[in-house]
Amino acid sequence: MKENILIIGGGAAGMEAATQLQKMGLTPIIVEKSEQLGGHVAQWDRLFPAFHPAKDVVEKMLNQVKDVKTYLNTEVTDIQRDDNGFHATLSNNEKIDAKAVILATGFDIFKAERKQEYGYGIYNNVMTSVELEKFFRTGHDARINNPKKIGFVHCVGARDVKVCNTYCSKVCCTTALKQACEIKEVFPDAEVYTFYMDLRMFGPGYEDLYLKTQKDFDVKCVRGRVCEVSEDMDGKLVIKAEDTLFGKPLKMTLDVLVLMCAMEKNKSIDAIQQKLGVANNTDGFMQNQDMYLGMNTTAQDGVFVAGACTAPKSLPDTIGEARSVATQVFNYINNK
Amino acid sequence: MDFGFCLSPSSHVKMDSVDLTTFNRLKETNPDINTCIACGSCTATCTAGNFTEMSFRRLLLMLQRGKEDEAKKMIQRCMLCGKCTLVCPRGINIRKILLDITR
Repeated sequence: MKENILIIGGGAAGMEAATQLQKMGLTPIIVEKSEQLGGHVAQWDRLFPAFHPAKDVVEKMLNQVKDVKTYLNTEVTDIQRDDNGFHATLSNNEKIDAKAVILATGFDIFKAERKQEYGYGIYNNVMTSVELEKFFRTGHDARINNPKKIGFVHCVGARDVKVCNTYCSKVCCTTALKQACEIKEVFPDAEVYTFYMDLRMFGPGYEDLYLKTQKDFDVKCVRGRVCEVSEDMDGKLVIKAEDTLFGKPLKMTLDVLVLMCAMEKNKSIDAIQQKLGVANNTDGFMQNQDMYLGMNTTAQDGVFVAGACTAPKSLPDTIGEARSVATQVFNYINNK
Repeated sequence: MDFGFCLSPSSHVKMDSVDLTTFNRLKETNPDINTCIACGSCTATCTAGNFTEMSFRRLLLMLQRGKEDEAKKMIQRCMLCGKCTLVCPRGINIRKILLDITR
């Protein structure tokens, strides 16, 4: 049993699925469009809720797939299907035959400039959560210059009809509190505010992180969405929000404003997804068969999905799905 | 002459100029003060709150939003029965904080 399984995407979902499939005696093949495996996690510094270095997890995953056939800087440009399975053409003109396809194409980050009222790309000191994470990883960002007051805005591009994203992006709340603690670690004298509507601490240890954020790091959580950002003459940011618990509007000057950008579907795979006959759900992510027992299968036999291509997901969610998709693929191959 | 017009002061809380001295002083002896999750249990159970505007949840916010005078006025409604402390899910020693504010 040496059937090829084509995995599109070499992030956490793709790598973990490949690891499990290889252990099951199948032959996974990863096609990754960027120059390295690891996806978004490889760009992250530390992981919530316990500030675990992302590098540790990524390196372990990379080590597990070192014998897996992997194409980097490569995209699937065409895919056909017949009675023998799938026939994919890659951007390097190679052809791959496979018995099943796993879409593990993950997510994109919401483009913060679309919420113009937050001033990203207009005011210098407005940055995204991804850029702040890069600061933690590299120690450099021209915008972060010994700030005294830092604000975080939750739900940027999520729970927002105006940008057509009505869903909750799931991980941003916990990420915001993690990053709020981390910025306090770097600048202990700074005042840190987060502006939230709900704090969705959905996982084990996440509520503990919230308590720690309040008690040990003295981060001030304000319930209310920032509605307006402007710049004063010194280049500082003036924000307006309602403190909805107090029932009064607030005005505050900040040195840095961090936008917690939502996950959106990675659209670079749309053409291939369409060829495979996989639809999108109402949130614009890929449609799986059902959310309880069919989360890894699609309307098309032999086409599987795993990770954040179907909805915003945390890393543990994604790894769980990757392991589950491997079982589904194994059963599919064996029952044939 | 009264034309029936007047200037309304801004209702914005100007966070840049809020005096946090009292709140920060309380925080030193009561670090739990930060851990309120605004669930409202203290207010719902409050003996005085059933008849007056007394609300500990709101009182904490007043201290953080520069309304110390209002907070001190509100605190006079408290009868120190301690029911709020019993119900607080964060285990905040509310009764002690109320006493410390008036000290």
